[in-house]
Amino acid sequence: MATETLRGGIAKPRPSASLWRDAFGRLRKNKLAMVGLVLVGFVGFIAIFGSILAPYNYQDQDLTAVVANKGQPLPPLTGGHILGTDQIGRDLLSRLMDGARISMSVAIVVQIVVICIGVPIGAMAGWFGGRTDNILMRFTDVMYAFPDLLFIILLTVVFKQTPFGQAMDGLLLVFVAIGLTTWVTVGRLVRGQMLALKETEFVEAARAIGVSDRKIVTRHLLPNGIGPIIVAITLGIPAAILAEATLAYIGIGVQAPRASWGSLINDGQAVIRSSPWLTFFPAVCIAVALISFTFVGDGLRDALDPKLKGKQ
Amino acid sequence: MSAADAPTIVELSADDVLRARTEAVAKAGVGRKADHLLEVRGLSTHFFTPDGVVQAVDDVSFDVGYGETLGLVGESGCGKSVTALSIARLVPDPPGKIVKGSILFDGIDVLKLNPDDMRKLRGKEIGFIFQDPLTSLNPTLTIGYQIGEAIRQHMGLSEKATQDRTIELLSKVGIPRAKERLKDYPFQFSGGMRQRVMIAIALSCDPKLILADEPTTALDVTIQAQILELIQTLSSEFGTAVLMITHDLGIAAGMCDRVNVMYAGRIVETGTVDELFEEPRMPYAWGLLDSLPRIDDIRGDRLRTIEGLPPLLIKPADACRFNPRCVYARDVCREKEPELTGRGPTGHMARCWATEPEGWIA
Repeated sequence: MATETLRGGIAKPRPSASLWRDAFGRLRKNKLAMVGLVLVGFVGFIAIFGSILAPYNYQDQDLTAVVANKGQPLPPLTGGHILGTDQIGRDLLSRLMDGARISMSVAIVVQIVVICIGVPIGAMAGWFGGRTDNILMRFTDVMYAFPDLLFIILLTVVFKQTPFGQAMDGLLLVFVAIGLTTWVTVGRLVRGQMLALKETEFVEAARAIGVSDRKIVTRHLLPNGIGPIIVAITLGIPAAILAEATLAYIGIGVQAPRASWGSLINDGQAVIRSSPWLTFFPAVCIAVALISFTFVGDGLRDALDPKLKGKQ
Repeated sequence: MSAADAPTIVELSADDVLRARTEAVAKAGVGRKADHLLEVRGLSTHFFTPDGVVQAVDDVSFDVGYGETLGLVGESGCGKSVTALSIARLVPDPPGKIVKGSILFDGIDVLKLNPDDMRKLRGKEIGFIFQDPLTSLNPTLTIGYQIGEAIRQHMGLSEKATQDRTIELLSKVGIPRAKERLKDYPFQFSGGMRQRVMIAIALSCDPKLILADEPTTALDVTIQAQILELIQTLSSEFGTAVLMITHDLGIAAGMCDRVNVMYAGRIVETGTVDELFEEPRMPYAWGLLDSLPRIDDIRGDRLRTIEGLPPLLIKPADACRFNPRCVYARDVCREKEPELTGRGPTGHMARCWATEPEGWIA
C-alpha cells in the first residue's frame, strides 16, 4: 500500500468526506450489518411485490386438496404448495408473503408515529428546559409507566368501530397504538441530545448571528444528534414487529382473512402436533426479520459513533 | 502552515491602513444616529446562582465610536466576556440577567428591544467572533452554509447572490480556492482557517460593530498575528467598529485606539493606548503591564505575576476591589471604593485612591 502511495509522487487531495459517507464506509465493512441490510431489502421487496410474486392469492382456498388429504392441512412440497397449506387450504407461502407486507408497514408506520411524537416532544423539552421540560418529561414518565399492552388493548377496543379503527384492515389503529406506547425512548433520547448540544459553542455562535430558535433546533441541533436517533429508530423496528406479532397472536389487530406472522402462529398452534410447519415458518419469518433489523441497527450504531472513527 | 494555507490578503503599509481607516471611519459616521455607535451606561449583569448573586459586570459605562477599535482588557473572570454578551443580549438566562443600565447601539436602546427585533440586530448590525473556532462551527454543516446563514437570515438575497457573497467573503478572509471550499466541512479546515471563516461570518452582513471575544486565544502565535491583521484590515476597509476583548496587552496595544481595563466586574482604567501604556494610573494596570514577559528577561527567572486571585463577586464590599492584591493599598482603599475619575486633560480615567490628585502616588 505504502509503495503505491509513494509512486504517485504528489499526494492527491483527500476526497471530501462528509459524515454520512464516512459512516456508510464503516457500515459497508461490517459484514453482519450488510447481511442484515440485504435481508431487510429482501423482506421489503417481498412486502412490495409479494402480491404479484405469490403463487396464490392469500385468501384462496384449495379445498379439494384438503379434502383429498382427509381434511388435514397439506404438508410442505405437496399439491403445488411449497410450504403447504392451512386447515382450509390456503397457501402458507402466499400468506407469509402478505404477512411480510404487514410487518414492513409496522416497521414504517410505527416509526413515523414515534418520530412525529418523540422528536418534537424531546426537542421541546431539551431546548426550552425548565418548566416545559418538567411537564413534558413527567408526561413521558407516565406514558412509560403505563402498561403497554393494556393501553393498546384499550385503544383498539375504544376505536374499533370508528373509520380510523377500520382503516387498513384494522392495522392502522394497531400501528398508531404501538407507536403511542414506544415513542418514549426516542423522546428521552432526543431530549438528552438537545441538552448536551444546546450548550455547545456553535449554538451560541448561531444565536449570535440571529438565527431563530426553530432553525437552531432543526438545522443545528437535530443533525448533530441524528446518529443516536437513527439507531434508536432502527432498533425500535424489531420491537414494533414483535409487538404487532404479539398482539396478533392474542387476536388483536389484523382481521381475517388477512394474516400477519403473529396471527399465523396463533392459527397454527391449534394443530402444532399434527402440522408443525404452520407455526414453524411464520416463527422463522419473525426471527429473520427481527435479527436482520437488529444487525442493521447495531451496524448503524457502530458506524455513526464518532469515537470509532478511523477504526475498522 | 502550508503554502496553500497562506493568506492572500494584500499587504498594506501602516499608512495605507491609516488612510483607509480615516476614510472608512468618515464613511461609517454618515447617517449616524448618535454621537457614538455604542453607548453603554451603568451596565450591571448579575448571575443568580445557588451560592448567591454574582455581580459579574457592575456599573460599567463606556463608548465605542463609529469605526473605532476599543480594547477591553483584564484577566480571566473579570467580566469582559459577559460585557460583550450583554451587548448582544446573549447572556444565558437563567442564571444571568442584565439588572441595570442601558445600551444604546446606533441610537437604539438594545435592552428595550423585543427578542425578534434583537435577533434582527444580531449578525446584521452586530457581528460576533468567538474565542474557539474549533467548537464555534457546526460540524455537520458546510462552511458555505454557515457563512451564508446570516446573509440568508438578514439580507433576503437570492440563493445565487447569497452564494456569490459567500465566495467573496471567503476569499476576502484569505481562503484560497474559495468557491471549491464552500462545500467543505469544518473538520477539513485548520484552526486558523476556521477562525477566518468565523470572521467571514461576523462580517457577512456588513455589521457596524464586531464583538471579538478573545479571537486569537485558541490559536498559535503566528496564526494570531495573521488573524489580528485580518481583523484590522477588514474593519478598516468596512469602517466597522471593533470591541476587542483580550487578556493580552500586546494585542490591545497593537490594535486598539482606546483601551478599557476591567477588574472584578468594573472598569478600573480607561484611556488611549498611549496613555495607558506610558502612564498607567492604576496599580492593576501596572501589574498587567509588568507581568508581560520581556525580551531582555533573564532566562530562568520566574515570570512576574500579580499575587492572589480576583475576588469572588458575591456581595463585594464597599472597597477598592483590587486592594487585597495591591501593594500600595492604604486604609482608605479598604473602606471606600474609589470612583472612576479623570487623570489628565483627555479621556484618561482611573479608579484609584492612590493616583487621585491628593493621593500618595504621584
